[in-house]
Amino acid sequence: METNLAPVTNATILVWLLFLPFVGGWAAWQAERYSRFLPRWIALGTMLTVLGMSVWLWFTGDYTLAAPSATPEWTLQYKAEWIPSFGISFHLGLDGLSILLIILTNLLGVMAIGCSWREIDRYVGFFHLNLMWNLAGVVGVFLAMDLFLFFFFWEMMLVPMYFLIALWGHSMPGGKSRIYAATKFFIFTQFSGLIMLLAILALVFLHHQSTGVWSFGYMDLLVTAKQLDPEIAWWLMIGFFVAFAVKMPIVPFHTWLPDAHGMAPTAGSVDLAGILLKTAAFGMLRFALPFFPEASRDFAPVAMSFGVLGVIYGAVVAFSQTDIKRLIAYTSISHMGFVVIGIYAGNEQALQGVVIQMIAHGLSAGALFILCGEIYERLHTRDLRLMGGLWSRFPYLPPIMLFFSAASLGLPGLGNFVGEFLILLGSFKVAPVITIISASGLILAAVYSLILVQKAFHGKTRDDGHGTHLEDLSKRELAMMGLLMALLLGLGLYPQPVLDTSAASMKTVELQYSPAPAAAAVSAITP
Amino acid sequence: MTQLQLTALLPLIVATLTSVVVMLTIAFKRHHRLIAGLTVAGLNLTLLSLIPVLVISDGQAVELTPLLIVDGFALFYMGLVLVTALGVLTLCHAYFEGYAGNREELYLLLTMAVLGALVMACARHFAGLFIGLELLSVPLYAMVAYPVRDSRALEGGVKYLVLSGAASAFMLFGIALLYAETGTLAFAELTTKLAAGRPEILLAGAAMIIVGVAFKLSAVPFHLWTSDVYEASPAPVAAFLATVSKAAMFVVVYRLFVNVGLFKQPAMIEALTWLAVASMVVGNLLALRQDNVKRILAYSSIAQFGYLLVALILAGGRSTEAAGIFLLTYIVTTLGVFGVMTLVSSPMRDRDVEHIEQFRGLFWKRPYLSSIMTAMLLSLAGIPLTAGFIGKFYIVAIGVDAKQWLLLGAMIAGSAIGLYYYLRVMIMMFQPIPAKERVSEPLNWVQNAGGAMLMLAMALMLIIGVYPEPFLALIRAAELVIR
Repeated sequence: METNLAPVTNATILVWLLFLPFVGGWAAWQAERYSRFLPRWIALGTMLTVLGMSVWLWFTGDYTLAAPSATPEWTLQYKAEWIPSFGISFHLGLDGLSILLIILTNLLGVMAIGCSWREIDRYVGFFHLNLMWNLAGVVGVFLAMDLFLFFFFWEMMLVPMYFLIALWGHSMPGGKSRIYAATKFFIFTQFSGLIMLLAILALVFLHHQSTGVWSFGYMDLLVTAKQLDPEIAWWLMIGFFVAFAVKMPIVPFHTWLPDAHGMAPTAGSVDLAGILLKTAAFGMLRFALPFFPEASRDFAPVAMSFGVLGVIYGAVVAFSQTDIKRLIAYTSISHMGFVVIGIYAGNEQALQGVVIQMIAHGLSAGALFILCGEIYERLHTRDLRLMGGLWSRFPYLPPIMLFFSAASLGLPGLGNFVGEFLILLGSFKVAPVITIISASGLILAAVYSLILVQKAFHGKTRDDGHGTHLEDLSKRELAMMGLLMALLLGLGLYPQPVLDTSAASMKTVELQYSPAPAAAAVSAITP
Repeated sequence: MTQLQLTALLPLIVATLTSVVVMLTIAFKRHHRLIAGLTVAGLNLTLLSLIPVLVISDGQAVELTPLLIVDGFALFYMGLVLVTALGVLTLCHAYFEGYAGNREELYLLLTMAVLGALVMACARHFAGLFIGLELLSVPLYAMVAYPVRDSRALEGGVKYLVLSGAASAFMLFGIALLYAETGTLAFAELTTKLAAGRPEILLAGAAMIIVGVAFKLSAVPFHLWTSDVYEASPAPVAAFLATVSKAAMFVVVYRLFVNVGLFKQPAMIEALTWLAVASMVVGNLLALRQDNVKRILAYSSIAQFGYLLVALILAGGRSTEAAGIFLLTYIVTTLGVFGVMTLVSSPMRDRDVEHIEQFRGLFWKRPYLSSIMTAMLLSLAGIPLTAGFIGKFYIVAIGVDAKQWLLLGAMIAGSAIGLYYYLRVMIMMFQPIPAKERVSEPLNWVQNAGGAMLMLAMALMLIIGVYPEPFLALIRAAELVIR
């Protein structure tokens, strides 16, 4: 039983948010028998409904806190008994951070279904089953307030992703197969996940020792984790960190990512880069930092160094890629490096920057992967050396690609700039040297983004047998791109609504993470 | 013998009667369906006869002679053994329809083996243990070699016979050493008399018993027979070997460990720890390079029992629960996997469908069977939503509680390695195949008993995975009594 918890008013809408994609996915699978298009429409309808629900929750919910304190508060909760003998409950909670990420998940889910409308022609129903179960698993991760439930979803989303890569991916000619990439992805994340399971269980047993109660509840374990012996806390923190570091991915645990992206179908890449990587950052913000603030503070220099390494390494390696999807995969590593730096800087500015960066990266990387998919559909290659001069062959695709590349390099006015700027601003106070080095990542980002545009679109037109004019983006694709562009612009020009939503959650994380005197000072100000 | 004791003996009596009736019926009339039906009816009666025992014993342990005890623990595992055996039986009929020789004796062998397993679930005395063990093993030799004209099966049977005989001899010698030092064979009495014996000899005896046990549970380095015997046996027999035979051995050894402190000495624990670590790591590693699914499953079962050994090492307390849930999930899952293999191989031909290439694209031909197989493989790998996850979770939990980091490290490494081959078999079923081969094969498998059993196993597997609480409560109620 979870003891440290005020009575819960159950909000059933959270359950719907979680289960609709499961149901929709199953229905899409069954619908394949009747028509090849029915599964797509069912999937799209379900995801739009869920997206609508989450946006509605955003507009109607109150995500501010009257008095920020180190104890997190939830806007909506749902709690039911699940496995009482181990103190495991089905407990969901929604706060500002999770609603933003859930909206991102559902939005990119819609995009993923949209972009596979033509690409996926085999086993359509089963494809949508996997896609939607994966999305549901991610939403579960963002909602879980019970560590068993969290782990449950954390592992559960791997299987559909595995199938997405292994069944609908592209094997590289002469290279490794898509099954290799999928298996590598699965083993990396599963192995690190089991280490996290050990840490979770150790925490639960320590809680049982000190209170005599079995509980996997977030609030209970939060209390226990704060009273741990520093050495034990350090080991447990490492257990959590490893799982998140692999998923994020932090260099040197990143090797699965380029392979997975290289082979995954477009929807899989959108899902992977846009959403799955964010679960790791979310895990750090929700679990690693609040549970083990002191150990994390001690570990921060190491983690931030990993972050810088990721920023620089990802950018440099991205520059030398010839496969357009691998290139973008490496840029993801670089961008997630900023996220790590921001998280471990731990002040409100940096953390707010992290939120913006996560959303902006989700949108821009998702869009870039969709565009890669479009290019591949037309040219049947992803090799930059075989492209060139594409600008004259399409009217719309190249400028759109340029737009998202500019977003990715952090052009002011677009979301990524706001995120990176806030992260650097916040972490400069904490770790100036690291911030200065990582700021060079912005220059490298300009280099790799522009080289991508340069190699693909400029230069001499090649005769590759596909004609001088390629089929341009369809209305469906233009609409998707237009929406993503508008959102990125909105995030860049007026990020305030997003910042307001996540402010309370991030303030809480800051208070949990900051050393005791600072926390005391804040509580002195707020009467 | 009181009425209480007589009632408690009922399951064993019914099981014995079943084997006698089956034997006599075979002598008078050979009829495959009749014999199979009789066996199923007999085992169902045995299962039903557990109910009066439950009612009349009312949670109390009943001592039956110095050899046997019927407590909650014994009742639970008797039930588990019987249900599993019934599951295997549902596979047998369709499968052995394709066998040209005499099909009926298999059922006789199977009932006798089940009787042995039932005895083992109740044994509280080395004599009981040994009688049960041999009653289980000897029919198994014949079952493995049942298709006698197939040299492969014969070889497997002989291999199992010789090696298993050697292991039994080791165990007997160990028991003799313990007896020489203490003058008793009863578990509970042994505990009190241990102080009188010479520690070296007692330790040597315990070690030899462990060798015998490790062989039966196929723990590394006593695992060499496993893959060959699994490969050689007909698919339903392999299912029986992997489930009932191993589970019964584990159950009786678990009772021995909880009773006798001798097996909890540091030296024994250390030896067992290394056995477990080796089983998890080596078992999983050896499976990587196999192309025969039966061999893969054999190595996988070595690794799975490596995980289960953690519960044996930490015997007592919450481990009883962990062992129970793990065995339950393991049996349901293994029965499912072998069930699918049996159904795709039914009726019996020269060789079962067992090479990994034969599974290519199975999903597009037999979607339901492959879905079941996929779910079962994921369960073996311990992925959430499946029963396997709950079992593994429990084992990890008791390991963390006891701070057995070495075992846990090996378990995590083993699980990560294991994923590779589970995924390999799984994805093979989803490989694209030419469109003209992509015809749905007839669904008549659903109608036969094996299909129904598989559906049931699948449902059970998912229920345990999603809502394990009732099963946990059941296992917790099945208390082990030390007497």
